[in-house]
Amino acid sequence: MTALGDTRQLAYIAGQASDARVNVELETEGMTLNIGPQHPATHGTLRVIVKLDGERVVAAEPVMGYMHRGYEKLSEVRTYPQVTTLVNRIDWLGSFANEVPFILAAERLMDVEAPPRAQWIRTALFELSRIANVVLFLGDMGVQLGAVTPVFFAFRDREFVLNQIEAVTGGRFHPNFDRIGGLKDDLPKGWIEETKGVLGRIRTFCDEMEDLVTGNEIFQARTRGIGVIPADVGLSYGLSGANIRASGVDWDLRRDGGVGLVHDQLDWKVWTHPDGDSFARYWVRLQEVREACDMVDQLLDGIPSGPVMAKVPRIIKVPAGEAYVETENPLGVMGYYVVSKGDLVPYRVKIRSASFNNISITPWLLEGTYVPDVISILASLYFILGDIDR
Amino acid sequence: MIPLSSADAETVDAEATEEAAAEVASDEQRDALVAALADALGDGLVESHVEPGVDVWVRVTAEAWVDAARALRDRCGMAYFGYLSAIDWMPSPYGRDMDAQVDLTAGDGADDAADEAATGGYETGVAGGDTRFQLLARVHDPVGHVGITVKADLAGDRPEADSWIPVYPGADWHEREAWEMFGITFRDHPNQVHLYLPSHFEGNPLRKDYPLLARRVKPWPGIVDVELMPGEDDEDEAEGDES
Amino acid sequence: MGSVMGSMTDTLTLAVELAWWQQTGIRAVVGLLAVLLPAGTLVYLFLFKMMSFMQSRLGPMEAGPYGSLQLLAEVGKFLQKEDILPRKADRVVFKAAPFVVLISTFLLVLVIPAGPDAWFIDVDTGIFLALAVSSISVIGILMAGWASSSKYSLLGGLRAAGQLVAYELPLVLAVMGVVIQAGTLNVQDIVMSQANGEIFGWGGIGNPFILTQFVGFAIFLVAVQAELTQPPFDMPVAESEIVTGYLTEYTGLRFLLFFIGEFATAGIFAALAATLFLGGWYVPGLDPTSDLFNVIGPAILLGKVILVAFLIFWFRFTYPRFREDQLQQLAWKVLIPLSLANIVLTGVLKVVF
Repeated sequence: MTALGDTRQLAYIAGQASDARVNVELETEGMTLNIGPQHPATHGTLRVIVKLDGERVVAAEPVMGYMHRGYEKLSEVRTYPQVTTLVNRIDWLGSFANEVPFILAAERLMDVEAPPRAQWIRTALFELSRIANVVLFLGDMGVQLGAVTPVFFAFRDREFVLNQIEAVTGGRFHPNFDRIGGLKDDLPKGWIEETKGVLGRIRTFCDEMEDLVTGNEIFQARTRGIGVIPADVGLSYGLSGANIRASGVDWDLRRDGGVGLVHDQLDWKVWTHPDGDSFARYWVRLQEVREACDMVDQLLDGIPSGPVMAKVPRIIKVPAGEAYVETENPLGVMGYYVVSKGDLVPYRVKIRSASFNNISITPWLLEGTYVPDVISILASLYFILGDIDR
Repeated sequence: MIPLSSADAETVDAEATEEAAAEVASDEQRDALVAALADALGDGLVESHVEPGVDVWVRVTAEAWVDAARALRDRCGMAYFGYLSAIDWMPSPYGRDMDAQVDLTAGDGADDAADEAATGGYETGVAGGDTRFQLLARVHDPVGHVGITVKADLAGDRPEADSWIPVYPGADWHEREAWEMFGITFRDHPNQVHLYLPSHFEGNPLRKDYPLLARRVKPWPGIVDVELMPGEDDEDEAEGDES
Repeated sequence: MGSVMGSMTDTLTLAVELAWWQQTGIRAVVGLLAVLLPAGTLVYLFLFKMMSFMQSRLGPMEAGPYGSLQLLAEVGKFLQKEDILPRKADRVVFKAAPFVVLISTFLLVLVIPAGPDAWFIDVDTGIFLALAVSSISVIGILMAGWASSSKYSLLGGLRAAGQLVAYELPLVLAVMGVVIQAGTLNVQDIVMSQANGEIFGWGGIGNPFILTQFVGFAIFLVAVQAELTQPPFDMPVAESEIVTGYLTEYTGLRFLLFFIGEFATAGIFAALAATLFLGGWYVPGLDPTSDLFNVIGPAILLGKVILVAFLIFWFRFTYPRFREDQLQQLAWKVLIPLSLANIVLTGVLKVVF
């Protein structure tokens, strides 16, 4: 067990030994259980080494890197427009949202601003990818707790959202649609009406989830009071998004960030929950899907006319400088620290992905829980492996 | 269950209308931030850079690295830990294959780079820098809605720094990542082992002198592809010809 | 033939007689092939279609008309798979475990009558026998969990053992109410007493025990759900945490045996519930002793089985799963006291009326 800290291991052994002295006949041997990398619950290749005492977790250590693709290094040898194809693959369920902060960072360095129409469509697609992403979480949370049915509903209704994204971008999963200075294309004909229909479906889905999962006594028994994260601990670990809002921290970059999206012109609300447990995280995300539906509705009504692309040079050379732009992505705060030396390529791109921080709290959080709760807590933190490993 | 929300639609609207005012206020906020840090750290604060209404950078000495974190958390309300990473300011010795248009290995650029390396002076970014490796961390104030990027110069080829874990426990994995990717050792880190890479991996991939083998084997299509549109300016002609 | 078999009832307690063996053998083979196989296919198809529609998908469509041959297709698929034996597994125990589970399942069928004369065996302690053999499967599951030499299997096996032992009690106690009311342990007699029963002097529909033993029926269904290790009580095979528990290391034919065992047990427990609480093969309006029931009885029973199986699988596809400690609490703190109270009440009422 090289991956587990020696100090922890020693502390564990010492604890076991002292227990044994007190009560010899009840002495038990700890068991190391290796959850993953191939495991039904890790949807990806996360590996968690848990030391068990019976079913109680004594120490948990996530091991990752099975999907590390070195995007930070690869970004250094790609031109700015090429980088968006890479970052699409970070959070693969809400791909469009990955492109946005990078493009915004490049735009800030170049001192370019996208035309209003592009900003509105960008925001609409941003929120649609949030819906596509979080809807799957709502179903997945059920399946991790043993209810198989919600995930089928989730996959069914997510497909409609993906269809709409595909209709605009041509890419169902990896749109690669965002450009420095605007968007690749305008909206296709009839898209706005169709999207409104899809939003109705998603709202129905949310109601279904409310009936099928949220109100279920077993679901509540399995999630309420489980995996409680106090706000200050969550902040010091860098938790973001719904995870930290579920701990009562009223902080949403869409409202408070002020970057080049048009959320500040919409009428919406930031949902928080005081409990900080798995249920709160689930509940906040459910409300956020509803809120995102409302936002997209307003965005579709208010898209201004005009071009979708600002005037940018054909060959994009970004002036020297540094910019850090973060946005409120489906999984949490995602930011790109872009260092430019005035070349065709970024000098350094630091990708601050949400899941990496969100999951880094697990050793602290999982200690003392039961094996079944390990799964429900991991599910409620909602990580995408690509977003951890980059 | 009682849904909490301190920000209603009115607040959002109000914020939108008072945007101009907020920008000025934000500047004061960032200046005050720098002032508070200067007060807390004294000589530890080397340089600062405020981009009005946008962002703020400070550079501290390596000795003041943890103190800066403590001051930011306790005095400036920066409860939220964003990330911790590093930058390697040494230009890649492999030239245009890697990160520059100018071919450093053959031509004038190589001499420049060699000169730079010899003098120890690197072309560094915002808030300056003196050494090859620069630590980089971002913290945020979730109440005042302002973030700050903290930098620190680290001396030497195998640099060492103090760990932020006592202040921000979330720095644990970020420091492990910086350790394996840049070879920066964090003192008192409880579990300095590989995070992403296999445990027997040698080298520090994000250092600029670590070659990206795929690019060494096959020339970078990114530069080859650059073609000018008819009637466009000549400023980038060089690349098109070089291919 | 029926009367011959009926007269055999008296001699059953005299243990083994050659004629009895032959008759029972024929009954078992014919019953398995002619009744259980089509019935199993039907129930299986119904359940698969039902759960597919619940999850807004089509379910089996390709194998045969309307997917009706899906069961055969799956058996064929599993037969082709490699039979993998873990290197450190306890070979004998590992191989034997699925058969132990399957035997326990099929022994259960024996006591369920499908008509006044259409039964496999008719023992006076029928329901007692059924509940006894149903607990053999615990041993099979423990064997599978231990012999696989996998930590997931071990955890699953131990969870299963704890759970099955805990829910065996409410299962038995729920049946006690029926036994008290019917005054017999003989399953055939329980059906008869429902058929001939009266509700406050009115015998129009007999007296299916679900009316008087509704609490018992509910507890029985919950306990059956747990005995089947199905959601919401599927902690032993919780696929999202311990892969599939004691089934983790099983492949091919051996997995198929467990798989069949699981579905068959669901069907057979449903048959047991239908027999004990819904009147078994009897429908109101006909003379329970008429020979007609030997023909239509199995079909009626099958209809009731599908009804109960629908309930069981409805729960299965709606609920998330309990945690191990929560389901133990449910068994020991809720179900057992409730079923004990039910027994006391039934006993008092039995004496009063």
